[in-house]
Amino acid sequence: MRYFDYIQPENIKQASESAGRDWRKALLYAGGTDLLGLIKNEVESPAALINLKAIPGLNGIEYSEREGLTIGALVKLSQLSAHEVVREKYSVLEQALKETASPQLRNMGTIGGNLCQRPRCWYFRGDFHCLRKGGDICYAVDGENKYHCVIGGGPCFIVHPSDPAVALLTLDAGVTIASAKGTKRVALKDFFVLPEDDIYRENILQPGEIVTHIHVPPVSEKTVSGYIKFRERGAWDFAVVSVAATLRINGDTIIDGKAAFGGVAPKPWQEEKINQKLKGLSVKPGNFESLSAEVLKEAEPLNQNAFKLPLVRNLLKRLLVQLTAS
Amino acid sequence: MKKKSVSSSLSRRQFLKGFGSGVAGSVALNKIASALPLQKTLEKAANDANRTPLNLSVNGKTYRLSVEPNRTLAEVIREDLQLTGTKVVCNHGECGACTVLLDGEAVYSCHILALDAEGKSVTTIEGLLGGEELHPLQKAFVKKDGIQCGFCTPGQIMAAQALLLKNPRPAKEDVLEGMSGNLCRCGAYPKIIESVLEAAKTD
Ligand SMILES: Cc1cc2nc3c(=O)[nH]c(=O)nc-3n(C[C@H](O)[C@H](O)[C@H](O)COP(=O)(O)OP(=O)(O)OC[C@H]3O[C@@H](n4cnc5c(N)ncnc54)[C@H](O)[C@@H]3O)c2cc1C
Ligand code: SF4
Ligand code: FES
Ligand code: FES
Repeated sequence: MRYFDYIQPENIKQASESAGRDWRKALLYAGGTDLLGLIKNEVESPAALINLKAIPGLNGIEYSEREGLTIGALVKLSQLSAHEVVREKYSVLEQALKETASPQLRNMGTIGGNLCQRPRCWYFRGDFHCLRKGGDICYAVDGENKYHCVIGGGPCFIVHPSDPAVALLTLDAGVTIASAKGTKRVALKDFFVLPEDDIYRENILQPGEIVTHIHVPPVSEKTVSGYIKFRERGAWDFAVVSVAATLRINGDTIIDGKAAFGGVAPKPWQEEKINQKLKGLSVKPGNFESLSAEVLKEAEPLNQNAFKLPLVRNLLKRLLVQLTAS
Repeated sequence: MKKKSVSSSLSRRQFLKGFGSGVAGSVALNKIASALPLQKTLEKAANDANRTPLNLSVNGKTYRLSVEPNRTLAEVIREDLQLTGTKVVCNHGECGACTVLLDGEAVYSCHILALDAEGKSVTTIEGLLGGEELHPLQKAFVKKDGIQCGFCTPGQIMAAQALLLKNPRPAKEDVLEGMSGNLCRCGAYPKIIESVLEAAKTD
């Protein structure tokens, strides 16, 4: 690995100030599971890493009936999935976390870092000076694009790699972003950006901005939720596609619900139309079939990845049947 | 013998490694005899400025080191402490060969900076031995033939150790899940799983 300075700020203000204004000079460093890979491959070559782990107040998980969950950005993935409240009330998040990476990586990687991880496009990770790295061509368009996006792409066609983000979208999660200037709270759905808005970044963070907390509103007693991830091997693997759903059910009716999809778009994907249709839907396999057929209607697959469409639709149908079975 | 503190001998070795680029460089410097000490002092100062002190606790011993921030835990364990039982295969957080315990939890030592182990306790495969006596997991791997070429084995055993610390009586599914971060190029998986289950029985 190339040399970098290692800066250990004691609070957010210091961290934000040392992170400065230029991604090339300094990068925030949490568990390092994504960042060290990028540095080893020389995709990123920061002059300094700003270690966030010594900053107090970012390591806890709190729960209250009114506020729901407040998760410090530096909480490890394994710590979060083992938390009693997460296991009891937020199945979709627990399942997504347990499907993320490997046991070792879950002991090392943080939830904040997971939401901010860079894409896995093999051209991006490899020796290709593509659009996202400041070049003038996307190699995926005419290249190996089986795992690229089917919707929301152009001129870059990455998929967002995070599993937990997909689960968190269905839970209406939000994040607190802090900088030397102050803090703001943003809905997770507004946190991620498409390539057409910013070809170089996957989220709205500017240099010096730090995710400090993730907020998950409380869920009612009648809420059920789950996550299905399709991957190609038994060991760790990023999602080929994934589906999350959180539903509030009363008798035979879904009072309201949210679905979200991973592995299909440059950001964790939701469709307002689908969420609207879930509202008031009565629990019948036929209804799930027709609803699922509506998903990703505007998709424009690349030449190798049209298989993702039936896969996602079938997984949504299966998940809805499973969640409403009892 | 392992030394309690290796900091002084280490900095010299590291320094010699980084100093001059081979014989030619040192010969050239030798000609100007008076320049040598100054050159040495300057190089050493530059080198030290890039280092950060690190108290590293490995297998119950504390080492006072001084390391460059860009060195991984695996590099420091293997090169500086000479504990070469920990293997590095992918160096990318993908295979598990370099698994060690950090405060009792399995991590990939190739994908974590040595500085991040400050204040934590590291256990490597060497730390499982009780003198000359094999650890129950090591015995189980021998008994159940959980080893082919053996290169992934230290990592497999450390992952298994982390699993058994948390869950001393795992079901087969727990073992499959707990060992899913460790690849084996020889494909010895069925026997690796059997070995871990055997150790759980005898532990
Ligand atoms: C082999 C492998 C398999 C994987 N499989 C999966 C998978 O199946 N599903 C999945 O979801 N993920 C997967 N991952 C990704 C993994 O989950 C992430 O690397 C991890 O969660 C990142 O967390 P970290 O703390 O290590 O982040 P770091 O590597 O420290 O940081 C990642 C990025 O986020 C930025 N960052 C970190 N923290 C903050 C913060 N608080 N505020 C702002 N920016 C921040 C950093 O600057 C950096 O750019 C895999 C990774 C590997 C190496
Ligand atoms: S999909 Fe995006 S990251 Fe991948 S090659 Fe194209 S521009 Fe680069
Ligand atoms: S060598 Fe560390 S995970 Fe492969
Ligand atoms: S025994 Fe050869 S790699 Fe596992």
